[in-house]
Amino acid sequence: MSISPPANPALLDISDVSKSFGSVEVLRAVSLQVTRGEVVTVIGPSGSGKTTLLRCVNFLESYDSGSIRIDGKEVGFREMGTHQRRSERDLAKMRAETGMVFQSFNLFPHLTAAGNIMLGLRKVRGKSSTEARAIAEHWLGRVGLAHKADSLPAELSGGQQQRVGIARAVAMEPKILLLDEITSALDPELVGEVLEVVRSLAEDGMTMVMVTHEMAFARDASSRIVFMADGGVSAAGPPAEILGTEIDNERLRSFLARFRASHF
Amino acid sequence: MGYTLNFNLIWRHFDKLWGGLLLSLELAVISIAIGILIGLLLAVWYVSAGRAVRTVIAAYVEFIRNVPLILLVYLVFYGLPTVVDIAYSAQTSFIATLSLYSGAYLVEVFRSGLEAVPRGQLDAGKAIGLTPWQRLVHVRLPTMLRITLPALSNTFLSLFKDTSVASVISVPELTYGAQWINFNTFRIVEVYLVVTAMYLLTGYALLYALRLVERRFRAAH
Repeated sequence: MSISPPANPALLDISDVSKSFGSVEVLRAVSLQVTRGEVVTVIGPSGSGKTTLLRCVNFLESYDSGSIRIDGKEVGFREMGTHQRRSERDLAKMRAETGMVFQSFNLFPHLTAAGNIMLGLRKVRGKSSTEARAIAEHWLGRVGLAHKADSLPAELSGGQQQRVGIARAVAMEPKILLLDEITSALDPELVGEVLEVVRSLAEDGMTMVMVTHEMAFARDASSRIVFMADGGVSAAGPPAEILGTEIDNERLRSFLARFRASHF
Repeated sequence: MGYTLNFNLIWRHFDKLWGGLLLSLELAVISIAIGILIGLLLAVWYVSAGRAVRTVIAAYVEFIRNVPLILLVYLVFYGLPTVVDIAYSAQTSFIATLSLYSGAYLVEVFRSGLEAVPRGQLDAGKAIGLTPWQRLVHVRLPTMLRITLPALSNTFLSLFKDTSVASVISVPELTYGAQWINFNTFRIVEVYLVVTAMYLLTGYALLYALRLVERRFRAAH
């Protein structure tokens, strides 16, 4: 008897993940599968666990139970459900499989735009300085910042910093890109240039999981929207369904109603 | 009564003061270099270690901070060789003392600097797959040094002044040179005026140079 692999194996497989901070349960048995090339947007009220879930995927946060697998490999724990944390070296290797872009950019302030991108390429991917520089320049060109390669983060606008942040993450050629409210800290007029970059990455087929409050962007750019409430997945489906008026989910309806009220 | 200032005798022995000043600077530079090593090592160890190590490091810092420097100098120069079988020159003993002394202050400086590195930067380092050691060397230390540079130059300046304590064990630095001239010429006012001016000018020059370095660092980062 042979077991054939599932037709469309999940690239990211989050299954029954729970996590508590003290007595507060921030994630309750969350399950979510993302296939290659999908763009999944996670929405929900603040405190619903969206960011925590994202941070569990590259093990910036640990979780108490359940499993998170990328390409079949458990991210933070040794295999066979031991729930034994991987060594720091292994964790570093696993984290290099994912890229992350942060709400507050988190560029390294002592390195130039190119230097920020080159650090991981050199130290993690083992590229030579010339190779790394070439890759950095390629990606800076992609995000429209070829002329800022030698600028320090402090010399860049928020939108430019965030585009460097994106370039730093994708230059590592991650299997999945995690975007954590990447436009929330930006002035409204700078949001567009950052979302434009994300859109072009989506067109390239980059697998992405993003937490965002940009509903219009979520509707246009994602293949699936996941609504989280109280630490669990409350609804999930194609944008038209989730953001439509037909949806039979009281929490989602009131979230969207409140959201629309505050944005128009 | 009148006291007329006469600097002639001071200028005749000025080589004692000049040589003393150079030695003072040398003592300060060597001591802070060793102190920085001690401080960095212990600070990094402190932030990554368990309670036992932390207690030992904290005890070292508290001991040094609560005992007058002059007493530490006596303890190391006169006390230690009577207990353990070692011999060293006054100068070596003083460098050792001042290194341990500055090291203790710098542990505190570096430790708070390390803790002041924004968490987001460390997350970013983790997210691109840097190992803990790489995160320390390429993310944490550069930012920490930038944060602590002003405190570092202040420590160096006060260390330069603290080298005067070496005179109590006859290390021929600047203050010792002043005492020597005083004993041999009795021009007490003149010699201490000159020496004060020398400390002051050197201190200012150092401060100016260090601020320049700090500014360059800020501009370049």
